[in-house]
Amino acid sequence: MAVMARAREGLAPISRRYALSVFYALVGLFMAVVFSRNTRPGEIARLGLNTSRSIELVRMPDIIVPVLPVVWILSATVLILSLYHLLRGFRRTGWLLGVVSLSFLVSFLVWTARGTSFSLIGILSASLQLATPILLGALSGVLCERSAVINIAIEGMMLGAAFASVIVANATGSLLLGLVAGLAVGALLAAWHAVMSIRFRMDQIVSGTAINIFATGLTNFLNQRVLQVYQQLNVQQTFPSFSQLAPELGKIPILGPLLFDQSPIVWAALLLLVIVQIALFRTRWGLRTRAVGEHPRAADTVGINVFRTRYVNVILGGVIAGLGGTYFTLGSVGRFDKTMTNGRGFIALAAMIFGNWTPTGAFASSLIFGFADALQVKLQILIGQVNIPYDFLLMLPYLVTMVALTGVVGRVIPPAADGQAYQKQ
Amino acid sequence: MPPVFELQGITKRFPGVLANDHIHLTLEEGEIHALLGENGAGKTTLMNILYGLYTADEGKILVHGSEAKIASPEDAIRLGIGMVHQHFMLVPPFTVTENVMLGVESLHHGLFLDRKSVARRIREIAEQYGLQVDPAARVQDLSVGAQQRVEIMKILYRHANILILDEPTAVLTPQEVEDLFKVIRELVARGVSVIFISHKLKEVMEIADRITVLRDGKVVGTTRPGDTSLATLARMMVGREVILTVDKAPARVGPVVLEIKDLQVRDDRKQLAVNGLSLQVRAGEILGVAGVQGNGQTELVEGLTGLRPVSGGQVRILGHDTTHSSPRRILEQGIAHIPEDRQRDGLVLTYPVADNLVLNTYYLPPFARGVQLRRGAVLAAAEQLVHQFDIRTPSVLALTSGLSGGNQQKVIVAREFSRPIQLLIASQPTRGLDVGSMEYIHQRLVEKRDQGCAVLLVSPELDEIMSLSDRIAVMFRGQIMGVVSGAAATPEQLGLLMAGIRPGEERVPA
Amino acid sequence: MGISVQTEIQPGTGREGPSAQPPARNTGGQVLNALSIPVLALFSALVISAFFILASDPVVLAAYGKFLLSPGHALAVSWKEVADAYTALFLGAIGNPAAMAGAIRTYLATGQTNGLIQAFYPLSESLVSATPYIFAGLAVALGFKCGLFNIGAEGQIYIGALTAAFVGYTFTGLPWIIHAPLTLLAAALGGAVWAGIPGYLKARTGAHEVINTMMMNYVAFNLADFLLNGPMKRGGSTGFIPISRDIQASAYLPKFFPDPIRLHAGFLVALAVAVGVYLFLWRTTLGFELRTVGANLRAAKYAGISVTRNFILAMALSGALAAMAGAGEVMGVNHNIAQGFSPGYGYDSIALALMGGSNPLGVVLAALLFGALRNGATDMQALAGIPIDIVSIVQAFVIMFVAAPAIIRWIYRLKAGGGFQAIFTRGWGG
Repeated sequence: MAVMARAREGLAPISRRYALSVFYALVGLFMAVVFSRNTRPGEIARLGLNTSRSIELVRMPDIIVPVLPVVWILSATVLILSLYHLLRGFRRTGWLLGVVSLSFLVSFLVWTARGTSFSLIGILSASLQLATPILLGALSGVLCERSAVINIAIEGMMLGAAFASVIVANATGSLLLGLVAGLAVGALLAAWHAVMSIRFRMDQIVSGTAINIFATGLTNFLNQRVLQVYQQLNVQQTFPSFSQLAPELGKIPILGPLLFDQSPIVWAALLLLVIVQIALFRTRWGLRTRAVGEHPRAADTVGINVFRTRYVNVILGGVIAGLGGTYFTLGSVGRFDKTMTNGRGFIALAAMIFGNWTPTGAFASSLIFGFADALQVKLQILIGQVNIPYDFLLMLPYLVTMVALTGVVGRVIPPAADGQAYQKQ
Repeated sequence: MPPVFELQGITKRFPGVLANDHIHLTLEEGEIHALLGENGAGKTTLMNILYGLYTADEGKILVHGSEAKIASPEDAIRLGIGMVHQHFMLVPPFTVTENVMLGVESLHHGLFLDRKSVARRIREIAEQYGLQVDPAARVQDLSVGAQQRVEIMKILYRHANILILDEPTAVLTPQEVEDLFKVIRELVARGVSVIFISHKLKEVMEIADRITVLRDGKVVGTTRPGDTSLATLARMMVGREVILTVDKAPARVGPVVLEIKDLQVRDDRKQLAVNGLSLQVRAGEILGVAGVQGNGQTELVEGLTGLRPVSGGQVRILGHDTTHSSPRRILEQGIAHIPEDRQRDGLVLTYPVADNLVLNTYYLPPFARGVQLRRGAVLAAAEQLVHQFDIRTPSVLALTSGLSGGNQQKVIVAREFSRPIQLLIASQPTRGLDVGSMEYIHQRLVEKRDQGCAVLLVSPELDEIMSLSDRIAVMFRGQIMGVVSGAAATPEQLGLLMAGIRPGEERVPA
Repeated sequence: MGISVQTEIQPGTGREGPSAQPPARNTGGQVLNALSIPVLALFSALVISAFFILASDPVVLAAYGKFLLSPGHALAVSWKEVADAYTALFLGAIGNPAAMAGAIRTYLATGQTNGLIQAFYPLSESLVSATPYIFAGLAVALGFKCGLFNIGAEGQIYIGALTAAFVGYTFTGLPWIIHAPLTLLAAALGGAVWAGIPGYLKARTGAHEVINTMMMNYVAFNLADFLLNGPMKRGGSTGFIPISRDIQASAYLPKFFPDPIRLHAGFLVALAVAVGVYLFLWRTTLGFELRTVGANLRAAKYAGISVTRNFILAMALSGALAAMAGAGEVMGVNHNIAQGFSPGYGYDSIALALMGGSNPLGVVLAALLFGALRNGATDMQALAGIPIDIVSIVQAFVIMFVAAPAIIRWIYRLKAGGGFQAIFTRGWGG
């Protein structure tokens, strides 16, 4: 029972609410002031829904968005919400943060696109793509942490899987074998983490950090030693998307570019999302996993093997992280570059926390991160409209992560035994 | 009819300790057999062996006449043995149904959890045994008594006919204890045999058919309630005459030191654990706060000492308003605090004894000059305190983790007493201590009170409260039910107050 | 989440009685015990890394392909490969002992210093590399002492370097006695703020410092890119790497010996700072508080210590120390800041701090070792063709072995006992 009591040093709940409300109000004010600057009344943004191929089938009309009214409505929404939070307070602050972020990002998007047209479908599609590795990483984290093992080695697992999948795919000529290699590397690194954390009861954060350092070091080492020499092992190749296999699918308006142009790994990620959500809350495995995470001793006394449950979960998590890593190469860019994961593994952890350790929550948060990421990429094209240096745009995902983390901590509850090694007596 | 189970020559060793020493024990069919002993006598260890959580180093277990190998709880469950632990083994965010089915889940389509059929079965069992349990409730929302019923339900669901209860009454009000006894008698009438582990003499005398006393890992004797007395049992438990009361002179009471008005403190789940509490403690008296654990005592103490934010009301110490003061400010007002959990909250086990002795005074002269810490002064003071309080340690530089529980508590007492204090707040000061240490702590508390200090004693042990306190305040659901004089109080009177029944109210059946 | 550093404690026996802890040993035995784990950890890590070196060399792999035919050949090739690699490592890190002895003789006989300079160059380079490691190792160790995991040292190093460069080239006409300390101080301040932000967030909201400091790293890198390509960019052609203007000579940390030996005063400053950290942690009230918060947060609270203040203080000091590493490089070695000037000092220092048991003496020793390792690895890359990333692999295993001493004990059949520190986690909630 005592595992639930965790007195947190810091602001009293009321002060935290005030602080958050003020912060959101400032965001709303920022939106209202900055996004209406340089915007002529009546200016519109055209959000395109077509791609070059879908246009062959049906021409979807552009969405005409009057910039100023939308900006004002969204900033007003944010201001009203922050006022409500100040006076009455929302219970689900995660949702509040999500709504505020989304309003900000949408009005930012609309403002930067003022006076020009902008492919909405393009950015939505890119969001899904960029969200996929984060989603897979977050799912991996959920699996591990629901059984109370902290896994910050997701970054390393993804990097290792990206590397292995490309090499094997090129060496064997089979994309499928490359995928298997990626999954295997994820599983192996996870097994290492599991043994260190469970058998040797090493500090889980230290173990995860060591694996990250190892994976970065080894991939760079092998990259230089092997890939630079045998360049034929790093030839670009990716899994074909459904619309590449069946071009007619790609022509369906909206759904075409959004779903059928995507790599099959994206589909796998969405499928995994559903599977893990159902498994975690509706099956015996899920019940036992959650019991092990909340009160391992209780699970032990009813005959559940705590250690085996954790091993299985961590290794499964490794496999999913491996899939995420494979996405970077075989699902997206096609070839391996140093540091191609670029911190996504950590952002995935933030998405997991932000999503309250549930798969659906992780999905929602990774979509938001993906959207922010996609926005940053598109903005480089619109760089003339936006007077923000390129490098600051690159900081966006990381800053968003920090704010998200701050905003939800204390409102979300990790599995009670998270991070604690289990000791049988 | 062979006994339900028989333990023969069970021996279990831990590093440095012989927990069970060739123990023989039998449980007859349909009997309630009490296992009586002090903290650390080996009762829980023995039952953990029976339940498969430990393995015995030597000895045999016979269940229904045939030898059994119990290597895990699963084996025990298969043999029909079930155990309700002292600290509940329930997963708080899960529902009752999920907790009961954990480990023996029913599935439909072979894959998905079948909560409905389990809930149905729970209702059937509840009817059959008269056990009030709501399958849909979330365990973390249930009262302690209700949670205990869930634990019993878990066992009945698995078709157990041997029930081991480990200190089941530690967290219950007297009324809830009566309810539990009713349930136990009901179960026995339907063919369940019960082992009842306790250190509470009176309860054991009331409920048990036979009593086995353990001391220092050995069986001292087995008897029936009719053939023995409280005093005899006490002597068997401890090995010598037990002083059940503390000698103390009448209190010489002075001005009010601690004044609490309508205090409100929230717990971790944002509920009001302290809900409009008012109390006064005067210099030179011991005010005991009695009550079953979980009625807000912990939050009360945390609110008073600045460790938890106060959401309403007022606290004044010697006239100063300390309601929202920081812990350090409160300590500087002359408050001493002996925390509930000495290892977690009171000491840094990895520090040398000397450092723990200055844990809250290190920043004051003579230990500090500005920012500089003066080791010499610290060590000198430590030597003096160790001598004064008779703390058994190889040296003041030895790590505190190497001390026994009693000596660790002495370090805390020495530390708190080494500065001038007007108010001492002692939370469960003798928890888990042997009798010798307990007596020592009690003597020190009375000594402080005689020196004019105000003492606030918070403890779930009614005996301790009754023997030490000049006045007794009973706490129930965050409020004071009543304050009675220590000398005049009776367990029955206190028990009613502890159950939330004020004097004069109608007794409402549970 | 936090990490509390504790000595290994035997689990409770469930009965209050004399504890099972062995009596305190004599200090000599304890020191030996404390040293054996890190030393063996490093040794084992080098052995494992040798495996990776071999496994990635096609020549070696080919030789093993014919293992059954001529095992001797395969083993000989392996041995030669590893020996070449580690010899290059040693020569690059320390130098050739024979050459050094010879050079000393020559100097004593003739007063000529050329030979000395050449022979001792590798050793001096190791000390140069060790300097930022001392600072960064102290930074991470200080964080650990308070139960905080500062992964942001790398970003803080960049911030320190940027600040030092800026203050270094902006202020002209100041005497050295003012300019140099001012530059150092400014860098420390920058680092303190950079790490203080995650510290503040952790203290006030419980947000995990591992994620936040990591995020601040990425922000720092992007900030550096922006500044080095923009406001701080050196005028004129700069070649391929963005680089800042050179700092004024009055902001230099002076060198001791003639070129090409680069050993500079920063090394002495680092040692002095290590002593300072020791005094701070064990001889001041602030240090006492900080260590107590790290050792047992609840007991610290109960004793009246402000956890909030100490979290922020620890992170700020940690950031300041890391920033000084960056400043040292700018002021003593490069005299400017270039993109990518740090080969990963901040990340390396995690392994370093762990190896040094999070106390200043251990950190200095480990830093000297890591400096030698990194310096030697550069030579290993040049002479034996082993990519410098081998250092990361070595470190990862060092971290593993040091954080789980049980593995080393099992491999080398050592006995358990006090002396070395294991580490325990506290989960996300702080």
